[in-house]
Amino acid sequence: MKKVFYLFLFLFLLPLAQLQAADTPEIDTGATAWMLTSTALVLLMIPGLAMFYGGLVRTKNVLGTMMHSFAAMGIMTVLWVICGYSMAFGSNILGGWFGWNPDYFLLSGIDESIMEGGIPEYIFSMFQAKFAIITPALIAGAFAERVSFKGYCFFIAAWGILIYNPLCHWVWASDGFLFNLGAKGAIDFAGGTVVHISAGVSGLVAAIWLGARKSHPHLPMRPSNLVMTMIGAGLLWVGWFGFNAGSSITSGLSTAQALTATQIAAAAGALVWVIIEGFHQGKATALGFVSGILAGLVAITPAAGVVQPVGAMALGALATIICYLAIMLKNKLGYDDTLDAFGIHGVGGIVGAIFLVFFIRESWMADAASIAGGSWSVWQQLGVQSLAVLIAITYAGVGTLIILFVVNKFTPIRSSEEGEMRGLDNHYHGERGYGMINPN
Amino acid sequence: MKLIIAIIRENQLDQVRESLIEAGVSRITVSHVSGHGRRQTEEIYRGQKIIPNLVPNVRLEIAVNDDFVDVTCNAIINATKANEGGLIGSGKIFVQPLEEVIRIRTGERGSEAI
Repeated sequence: MKKVFYLFLFLFLLPLAQLQAADTPEIDTGATAWMLTSTALVLLMIPGLAMFYGGLVRTKNVLGTMMHSFAAMGIMTVLWVICGYSMAFGSNILGGWFGWNPDYFLLSGIDESIMEGGIPEYIFSMFQAKFAIITPALIAGAFAERVSFKGYCFFIAAWGILIYNPLCHWVWASDGFLFNLGAKGAIDFAGGTVVHISAGVSGLVAAIWLGARKSHPHLPMRPSNLVMTMIGAGLLWVGWFGFNAGSSITSGLSTAQALTATQIAAAAGALVWVIIEGFHQGKATALGFVSGILAGLVAITPAAGVVQPVGAMALGALATIICYLAIMLKNKLGYDDTLDAFGIHGVGGIVGAIFLVFFIRESWMADAASIAGGSWSVWQQLGVQSLAVLIAITYAGVGTLIILFVVNKFTPIRSSEEGEMRGLDNHYHGERGYGMINPN
Repeated sequence: MKLIIAIIRENQLDQVRESLIEAGVSRITVSHVSGHGRRQTEEIYRGQKIIPNLVPNVRLEIAVNDDFVDVTCNAIINATKANEGGLIGSGKIFVQPLEEVIRIRTGERGSEAI
């Protein structure tokens, strides 16, 4: 009881304490400018994802699928302002399950706050908000073409609060337990565990729980517009520079390192994918190329801060090989992960987060060794990474299952059979995506 | 030989195809068309309900031998009835006599070529 009392006292006095430490750092205009740019770039990924996913579904579902990404922009931003930022970056409460800071409620206490790196806290908060938006939007790829709009909205709201915010707190908040695991913490530079593994695993659970689309797999379901998918993938690659290089939360050497690694891994992933496909199918498909881009980008996301170009190339290539095998396995097993949210994001994220340990630059390892008091080996870091991945998989998987079960009691998540056949566009939105093709 | 032309709802294409394949009819041509029957559909444009004057439909063309006419028509009717068949605007089936069928590759003619 006493402990809880002191905790509350601490929480309430914290803002006062901050006021008294009145010497706020100067604004670093260079870093601030780059972080503003990064924030905009990460937001660009969400319409990019909408186009990527929208082009891959059938004509009748194109708007409904794009709306999954856009709806996340609305829902997750509002939730992030109300409680998300506080839960993710406040101080530990409830034994470190998530954080809380009354200052962050409605972002009311950070109006004039400038962080240590000379960046206004508003920017950091908005930058992180974009990650909270894109993560549930990624899940939508797993159960595309068969989910009711209302059910989806409630699902991502609950998922954002109960899965994303705690995970984000554990991995990125300065008092999160994964942040402090081992010598220098579990390495997750820009969201391998928080964003990609959690979204991929949750998508897999949701896809299996909701069941396959009607007439999957015996009727072929062809992409409505691969041109749009290509444009979307291009936007994602561009936006990823904000996602990864922005995650340095500064504008300097580490930003440059992350940016370089990102470019190299994406290119390596794309090339390896079309080479494999060339041998396996005899043709290099456009969809294969962009899938390779994504596999490479996902794998480099946790690693961008610690690997050098050779490591980035290896991670991109390795992720593509394993993702390709994972998708072949999916087709054998027959579950309906429609747009391969697990096959690319889940698997690619796991590959990146685990195998990055073999490519860490020496200065990082030396740092870790001095913190650990002498020595820190690759295998010790491998243990830390594996534990972090395992925790993310378990928490996201089990949590998603519970959320699906509870939300489904109030509002059905699976679309009605009629809605699925008529198409999400017309059934849930009263519109059609490709109306201009018909003379009318 | 008959040429069966069916105009159906877009959303019923999948189930009609499944039903036709079950009935042993797999050779088919499908096109997207616009038209107006008795159905009135509503769409929403910036908060206003609008009724488009031409609505998109799907047109099936199936060439069959005479003894397959009923099987084919029944397959289409049953598939559309199973889902919102009672609503106005499930479409129409036209059956026309077919003078000649030629398979281009081999030059076969008549019933053989269907």
